[in-house]
Amino acid sequence: MGYPHKPHEKETVILSEYFGDAEARSYDGWVKRGGYKALKASLEMQPAEVVEIVKSSGLRGRGGAGFPTGVKWSFMPKEKSKPHYLCCNADEAEPGTFKDREIMRWTPHALIEGCAIAQYAIQAEITYIYIRGEFTEPLRIMQAALDDAYGNGVLGDNAMGSGRRLDMYIHRGAGAYICGEETALMNSIEGQRGNPRIRPPFPAASGVFGMPTTINNVETLAAVPHIINRGPEWYKSLSLNNEKSCGTKLFSVSGHVQRPGNYEVTMGFPLGELINDLCGGMRQGRTLKACIPGGSSVPILNREETESCLLDYEGCVEMGTMLGSGGVIVFDDSADMVYQTMRLARFYAHESCAQCTQCREGTGWTVRILERILAGQGEPKDLDLLLDLADQMTGKTICVLSDSCAAVVISTIKRFRNEFEAYMAGTREPGVVAAGVG
Amino acid sequence: MADQALVTLTIEGVEVSVPKGTTILEAAKQAGVLIPHYCYHPGLPIAGVCRMCLIEVEGTPKLQIGCATEVAQGQVVKVFGDEALKARESVLEFLLINHPLDCPICDQAGECELQNYVFQEGRSNTRYAEYAKRFSPVEDFGADVLYVPNRCILCTRCVRFMEHVAEEPVLNVSERGDRAFIGIHPDATLDHEWAGNVVDLCPVGSLISKDFLHKARAWELDRTPSVCTGCSQGCNINLDTRSDVVVRIRPRPNPEVNRHFICDTGRMHYRWMNRGDRIEAPLISRGGELQATDWDHALSEAARLVSGSGGRAVVLISPNASNEAMFLAKRLVAQFTATLAFRVERVDGEIPLSGVPGLALRAERAANVAGATALGYRDDFDAAVQAIEGASLVIVVADDLEGVSREALQKAVNAVYIGTILPDAARGAALVLPVANTAEEDGTLVNRDGRVQRYLQAKSAPGMARPVWWVLGEVLKELGRGESLFSADEAFALMAEAEGSFRGLSYANLGMHGRTMSEARVSV
Repeated sequence: MGYPHKPHEKETVILSEYFGDAEARSYDGWVKRGGYKALKASLEMQPAEVVEIVKSSGLRGRGGAGFPTGVKWSFMPKEKSKPHYLCCNADEAEPGTFKDREIMRWTPHALIEGCAIAQYAIQAEITYIYIRGEFTEPLRIMQAALDDAYGNGVLGDNAMGSGRRLDMYIHRGAGAYICGEETALMNSIEGQRGNPRIRPPFPAASGVFGMPTTINNVETLAAVPHIINRGPEWYKSLSLNNEKSCGTKLFSVSGHVQRPGNYEVTMGFPLGELINDLCGGMRQGRTLKACIPGGSSVPILNREETESCLLDYEGCVEMGTMLGSGGVIVFDDSADMVYQTMRLARFYAHESCAQCTQCREGTGWTVRILERILAGQGEPKDLDLLLDLADQMTGKTICVLSDSCAAVVISTIKRFRNEFEAYMAGTREPGVVAAGVG
Repeated sequence: MADQALVTLTIEGVEVSVPKGTTILEAAKQAGVLIPHYCYHPGLPIAGVCRMCLIEVEGTPKLQIGCATEVAQGQVVKVFGDEALKARESVLEFLLINHPLDCPICDQAGECELQNYVFQEGRSNTRYAEYAKRFSPVEDFGADVLYVPNRCILCTRCVRFMEHVAEEPVLNVSERGDRAFIGIHPDATLDHEWAGNVVDLCPVGSLISKDFLHKARAWELDRTPSVCTGCSQGCNINLDTRSDVVVRIRPRPNPEVNRHFICDTGRMHYRWMNRGDRIEAPLISRGGELQATDWDHALSEAARLVSGSGGRAVVLISPNASNEAMFLAKRLVAQFTATLAFRVERVDGEIPLSGVPGLALRAERAANVAGATALGYRDDFDAAVQAIEGASLVIVVADDLEGVSREALQKAVNAVYIGTILPDAARGAALVLPVANTAEEDGTLVNRDGRVQRYLQAKSAPGMARPVWWVLGEVLKELGRGESLFSADEAFALMAEAEGSFRGLSYANLGMHGRTMSEARVSV
């Protein structure tokens, strides 16, 4: 990862090569490190050629859904009848995920370059980089880099001397997790309340300001210049498990490990190795109990599953979870899984946009049941109730916030049912839980 | 419509063909199936948030929302499949965990969509074992609207109405999660002329009318289709009566006139219907004093006054009188050189409902100016009043005679006042005939677009008061110029026969949405 530790020998350092290297933040420093060559090369191609390269590289969205990026770009209308937009989703707020933050802090020009290439490929006039409101430092650095890029003719009315106009703006969010959902993000850019929109219409048909829009994650876009520079075949070859998952991925590891932080590994890297070797294993005298591999919204894994999970889209699905955004949250044997579940449910209850009934009411109800269980007042039938609510909160709403809350509940009860039952049986001391949501 | 592509699908076993682009929810209505819903309203942009209209579409793994899913050729939709029913039962359960079960004291009870659907598809018990429901105090949104946040189900109909239809976005959803509530701009009140519609739009008892508060339970009300007489727009309304008293006016949907909405002026325009100071018996002048008499006597006296005179006649009629009344009054004076006149209150400017083209509270504050004009009445009241002097017959129908003196009518020996209340000037008439008001009779009105629309009797007329068409029909019969009329329908048929503007129209073909005079001409 390069910062604050030296990269581990098992890492494949591509996106994170210059993490910790302050000079890389400046325009000159970035150019010295080979920056903006990919953009220049792209501007000399036809947009469709760029799309084709990214398509054949096998790059998939790093925000959580894993949709093939080139395919997404190809959904944009070929015949332009309206302005096109690119949105860069830098509203990184998934609990346990902090990779985009580091990309923006250390390599802002990598993101700007990736955005500019994507913008050209989808024939967009404007890119909005939507940065999470709490990211004050990344915002400052990104804004400085953007000004620098304009100042050096990378952007503006004659981008890199191509005669094309490329404009890019930074839009700062106001602290709502839901604004990381792509349609809520677009509402937020428009100045509306950050509520997810019903689909169809899909963003490629009607996105921001009702115009064709593509929206990509920071890490996805930051990978694009490397693909242009080194070719799609090179990128495709970076795969340890399943050829449908390729390239490198940044994993943000937090929790009870010796060395939490961001680690960049090739797709298919074993989760157990990430925890035990790269992160130095568990805290002194503690053992691994559970792990959420892809940010709080994906199902939790127990120890055995964690140790045999391969970190790519297919490997995670095999274990009954998802790669998500790559936020790896590690729990040791001191963790109270009922409390952890309640704490995550509270997060979702706090962040629900309040549109869909199941989510607005279901997340809050789930929290209250979990609080009751933690207070030693749960009843055996509460687990069935929690599971039934979770079932009704899955697949029935506009976005997947409700599903995420349900996934936490379902997967934890499935793997750690005994901990819930201990509270109900009175064999575990009731916890003191501060009231309230959040 | 014929050239519009049709899509055929099956909903609950019923095959329907609907235009491409129709939503499943609307198509289901045509199949005779009402898909339960809260946030969807045909007069508002689609939100898709309540998730109540979840249905099964064959071949689609997830449940779909009927309000936002377009029909597709060959689609098979199940509204009452187990999975959909379970999902909707669950939505109802979620809605109820924070909804106070205060139906016994809630104004909406009996016409509450939450109550109805819970009875229809909800659980009979609760699994919500937590202590308290969300509580927030009642808030005054200003004008006629109170907000009871505890009952709110966040369907956002009110927010969308103010934003997209009234185009005065003063409401929003404030806060998030289950702390969310409908917020109002701190400097705003719901005093927009059309804001009262949010009360009708609210599917539960969260937005309620101060005017209607505690007046009646929904099941005590009788609803009668009518037409608003507040202005020349002719909005379709329902008169809600309880024990022969009009207690509320609500819009009656008519896509051609007012969609689903009425203005607040119209909404509050009903107290006159319940006036207690009515003329309850025919009155005849004896020695300068009006004395009560019976209809037989009054009608023969009326016939005498009409037949006994010759020369010039003046008819002053209210522009809110029915076409039937206007037509029969005109027929009554057919043998005279007649001056037919009305007067109408006009204010400065219209107050449009921005999101609905062609809908406004009109400057012309009367309902039947177009009808009066089509029947030959002129908007020249002053000239008509001048003409009273020297006229051998004066007939006044429901005008309040403001600005006219008692002496003016006294001087005209043969003056007949036909009305609901007795203004001072009318005491100068030789004969006073008590009639029903708009809420008490059947009739038709013509709006500013030439649309002839029916209204129905909502309450009984006081005492001996009768509809104008009946009264004038009887006078004509006394004169040997017609038969007794038994319904407004018959009076209308006479008019359609005699008056070119109404040719081809009948109560049967007017229906309850009306027809324009030009449509009638085309079809004749």
